Amino acid sequence: MSETLLRVRKLTVRFPLRRSRLAGPRPWLTAVDGVDLEIEAGRAVGLVGESGCGKSTLARAILALVAPQAGTIEWRGQAVRHDDAAGLRRMRRELQVVFQDPVGSLDPRMSIGASVTEALEALEGPQQRAAADARVESILAEVGLDPALRARYPHELSGGQCQRAAIARALVGQPKLLVCDEAVSALDVSVQAQIVNLLGDLRRRRGLALLFISHNLAVVRHLCDEVAVLYHGRVVERATAAAIFAAPRHPYTRALLAAVPDPDPAAHRRGALPELRAAAAAEAVAGDGCAYRLRCPLADEGCRMQAPHLEDAGDGHLTACHHGRSQPPGG
Amino acid sequence: MAAEALFTVRDLGVQFTTPRGRVSAVREVSLEVRRGECLAVVGESGSGKSQLFLGCLGLLASGGVASGSARFDGQELVGSDAAARRAVLGTRLALVFQDPMNALTPHLTIGRQLAEVALDRGLLDAAGAQARSLEVLRAVRMPDPAMRLRQYPHELSGGQRQRAAIAMALMTRPELLVADEPTTALDVTVQAQVIEVLREARDRGLAVVLVTHDMGVVAGIADRVAVMYAGRVVETAPVRELFAAPAHPYTAALLASVPRLDTPLAARLAGIEGQPPAPGAEPDGCAFAPRCPAVLETCRRRRPPLEAREGRSVACHAARLPSGVAT
Repeated sequence: MSETLLRVRKLTVRFPLRRSRLAGPRPWLTAVDGVDLEIEAGRAVGLVGESGCGKSTLARAILALVAPQAGTIEWRGQAVRHDDAAGLRRMRRELQVVFQDPVGSLDPRMSIGASVTEALEALEGPQQRAAADARVESILAEVGLDPALRARYPHELSGGQCQRAAIARALVGQPKLLVCDEAVSALDVSVQAQIVNLLGDLRRRRGLALLFISHNLAVVRHLCDEVAVLYHGRVVERATAAAIFAAPRHPYTRALLAAVPDPDPAAHRRGALPELRAAAAAEAVAGDGCAYRLRCPLADEGCRMQAPHLEDAGDGHLTACHHGRSQPPGG
Repeated sequence: MAAEALFTVRDLGVQFTTPRGRVSAVREVSLEVRRGECLAVVGESGSGKSQLFLGCLGLLASGGVASGSARFDGQELVGSDAAARRAVLGTRLALVFQDPMNALTPHLTIGRQLAEVALDRGLLDAAGAQARSLEVLRAVRMPDPAMRLRQYPHELSGGQRQRAAIAMALMTRPELLVADEPTTALDVTVQAQVIEVLREARDRGLAVVLVTHDMGVVAGIADRVAVMYAGRVVETAPVRELFAAPAHPYTAALLASVPRLDTPLAARLAGIEGQPPAPGAEPDGCAFAPRCPAVLETCRRRRPPLEAREGRSVACHAARLPSGVAT
């Protein structure tokens, strides 16, 4: 069993909303609601769900970019505290992030080489010029960028090249876990394939672990060992990627998979799309029941009365659904 | 399905004047859209797929000039004056873009914005416009359509806004809908609903041009597909034939790049090595030659013409169409 890099327990992140009346209680939006998550060294965990499900907020809490209201985060066995600047600095050497917008995540006034050097010095302090240059060149080569491009600026490069530069910047401090928040979503499909291949190579070559946040389920299937499905701030299903894609147990996971457009015109049967009810507004699902019940074809009185807990069916496949075990696999 | 061409593009070119000189974004594109069919125009960023239709419709950014011909039901749009274009654009030919907030005015209710489309053009009276507004919201499967009429855009979700934008495009009973990446910003669940809405509109006789880079979306709705690379159409085919047997190596590589849910996992995705040519660069030979796995000596010297055969066409020296060898 390899080392557990990240252990998240009962993590809750809430944001204050505007009061509807001056004297009324302040309403809160619970973006992440009691989430447990572990990532072992070298493993790739996919985090999927629709926009607004809390997947990016969860990532931001893990990266200590937003403070949680409750719960704990441990990095390699050490509790991560938001007021511990030295501890956060240690963690950030080993925990890095790549965002969706490749051009926007680089400073437009800095050459690619300067951007990567800046990241290196932020993590490791001032460097000897020659040593820093050698490391920057080697990391650019590793992510598939011609070192001759190091003097170029982001606007002179394509989206794929900028995303490689952002990955180089994240990798220069030798992290153990890379958080990818929709890191391939804005790219064209041929470039997306290149970046997915690069991430796969980095996993094999460096033993890099990934927290891969995406709404693209086919990419997640390709890259990840495990998948957590997030709905309304909660993990509703968690299993190996093979189990999730072969036999999803939560009705929401099944609906998500069914909605993925199949790149095969012969497979499109008219009306085969399951009725996916529109995402209910947040206030409509407040209360005790299952958050998915208003869209769920299986919802019954029990789902209205009590929210299901995430439970292990005995095979390591976790589902938060009162009907999760009675359903035929694959559905 | 009628076979009559509703929208005919011939030798369309789009050029931009930039500080570095004139740059061609679209070159010699010819296409046809028939009534009641969905034509998907597929390509990656910079392939010219959006500029092609902006050029046809006189909507290019400043510095952009279209040449060639684009006829809607016989009427020339390229180079015609604004009044002539207005008679077609926004009435018989409607547009939907990627970001629905660009189509919706934030400070007016959905009902007011829908009604104005018909009232401004003198198509309906107030009562008729309101009835039509409800009808189009139902057509796009908007939940609680009567309530939506009183709401503002910010009160709708992203998918509902895109449906409102499509509803607005349908107000005038257009014959052709040009939708540029209408599902790109949406979740897969919402994307599936928007595709269903477009498919139903197509089934009711609306011709649809879908500009997209998403092969899954293409497979879900298109009747025919045109693939663009570096400003040119490199292949056209009926959708099933294109997916079953792509003739152009670029089309084949594009299809192979798409990760799928139903194929055995491979260690690597296919991808396409290299970069497309810089905008405006026009190599002597085929623009795809530097990245092409099937490249021949001829490809680097002579640009392959787009050759048609049995409802398909392809621009490739190395391609074999099902019934024989092209070129």
